[in-house]
Amino acid sequence: MANDKSSMQLISRGILSENPIFKLALSMCPAVGISTTVMNGFMLGVAVLFVQVFSSVTISIFKNVIHPRIRIPTYTLTIATWVTVIDLVLAAYMPEAYAKMGIFVKLIVAFAIITMRLEMFACKESINDSFWDGVGMGLGFMVGMMAIGFVRELLGSGMILGIDVLGFKPLLFFILPCAGFFVVALMMAFFNWIEIFYKRTKGLK
Amino acid sequence: MMTLNRTKIVVLALLALLVAPFGVQAEGLIAAQSFKGDNRIIVTFSDPVEKMVVEDVSNYTVFEEPDPDIRLTLESAVLSEDGKVASLSFEEPLNTAITHVVVIKGLAGVDKVTFTVSKSYLGYLFGIFISAMLINNFVFTKYLGLCVFFGTSKKKETAKGMGVVFTLVMVVSALMGWFFYNYILIPYNLNFLQIVIFIGLVSLTVQAVDTILRKVNPILFNSFGVFLVLVIANCVIIAVPLIVANNNYNIYETFMLALGAGGGFLLALYLMSSVSERLQLANIPETFKGLPIAFIVAGQFAMAFLGFSGLQIF
Repeated sequence: MANDKSSMQLISRGILSENPIFKLALSMCPAVGISTTVMNGFMLGVAVLFVQVFSSVTISIFKNVIHPRIRIPTYTLTIATWVTVIDLVLAAYMPEAYAKMGIFVKLIVAFAIITMRLEMFACKESINDSFWDGVGMGLGFMVGMMAIGFVRELLGSGMILGIDVLGFKPLLFFILPCAGFFVVALMMAFFNWIEIFYKRTKGLK
Repeated sequence: MMTLNRTKIVVLALLALLVAPFGVQAEGLIAAQSFKGDNRIIVTFSDPVEKMVVEDVSNYTVFEEPDPDIRLTLESAVLSEDGKVASLSFEEPLNTAITHVVVIKGLAGVDKVTFTVSKSYLGYLFGIFISAMLINNFVFTKYLGLCVFFGTSKKKETAKGMGVVFTLVMVVSALMGWFFYNYILIPYNLNFLQIVIFIGLVSLTVQAVDTILRKVNPILFNSFGVFLVLVIANCVIIAVPLIVANNNYNIYETFMLALGAGGGFLLALYLMSSVSERLQLANIPETFKGLPIAFIVAGQFAMAFLGFSGLQIF
């Protein structure tokens, strides 16, 4: 990874070509667990974005001081610190949203995506690039969560962001917890289908 | 023959101990009392009692033993035809894990009849275990640990190894987490350090298991060692101490929860790997190959596990 990448490239990579949820298939737990509404997805997305950006920057600042042999524990503790910060902030200022997300805010500490970005990117690149990489990954996660939340909220309760759009409830099944698996599966299959379709048309030409 | 009989008696006694709620009996009048569902108490009287007194809600005072000041509101009390069994329904679901005290005024000429209703503690512990394993299975109803779940459920052998390692680490780290939480974090008001401490403990346990296994049983290490690295970055393990801290569990409850969570994870991995082995032979559409079909299968398991939701053994 060269240093000449612009911030926009780094962001778009996080959202599209290396989307944490649909492409890298990491951090699936919240994607299935609490993506029942767009708002839930957005809130957890914000929390993950915060933790990802600040951990990336922290590691990037101290990358020359950290001994390679203890780098994984260092990453874990850095993430845990920032998760504690966002956990306390959310609990204090948004108690309702915090109650809905439940244990998942604390579990950001174990999200594979954040550790992976620190290992793959932040420990090698400059502070500036790490910041934008963190923003890209965080946004990618947020977009993924919101997309799943959108499908589930629309099909499950006929609403978007709590506003009644359809006027009826098409399939109550989709707000049941286990529907998360099916929605994620179908969306992944959909993206695969687009990719295969795209490759085929290109191959024919 | 004698020994067989004796074993039988011991087993029966143990079963009776498990099943029978050991509440204090009121003087003769109350024959039995138990919880039914989550908002009812069933009282059986030894003799038929007056319908008027029993069905009048204002004659009752019900509270949880730890806080006698908080009275629970009774919705209705219904006496059966023969006048011996009364069913008390409450507005709010009862916390059946706590002993409840019921006082009835003016029953059978006695000024006040007081009795307690409780579940057997062993049954309650077993309930936590079953709940963590089946009803609130960490993978299928709480959606935790999905990365590892999808990553390692390809072969039955791997699934079994992984499940055992997980259960082991989970129990050890949960007990350590409980100890740290109750004896260090709470006394010194360091509650906000939960996440940092728990993740540290998990990493420590994993490292310890790794080192010990390498020295003590190299053969086992060769088959399990690979999974140990995966264990650290997993939300199932860190979730157990967090839940324990949230619910203020004591050490027995913690142990049962960790064991149940581990067992549930092992069960989920094993079920999934059995299906995965079959899937490799199936003809799956191109777009669904890999993760999408695994998610569909997991979704079906999750639906099946919904069936456990009403399960109540004790």
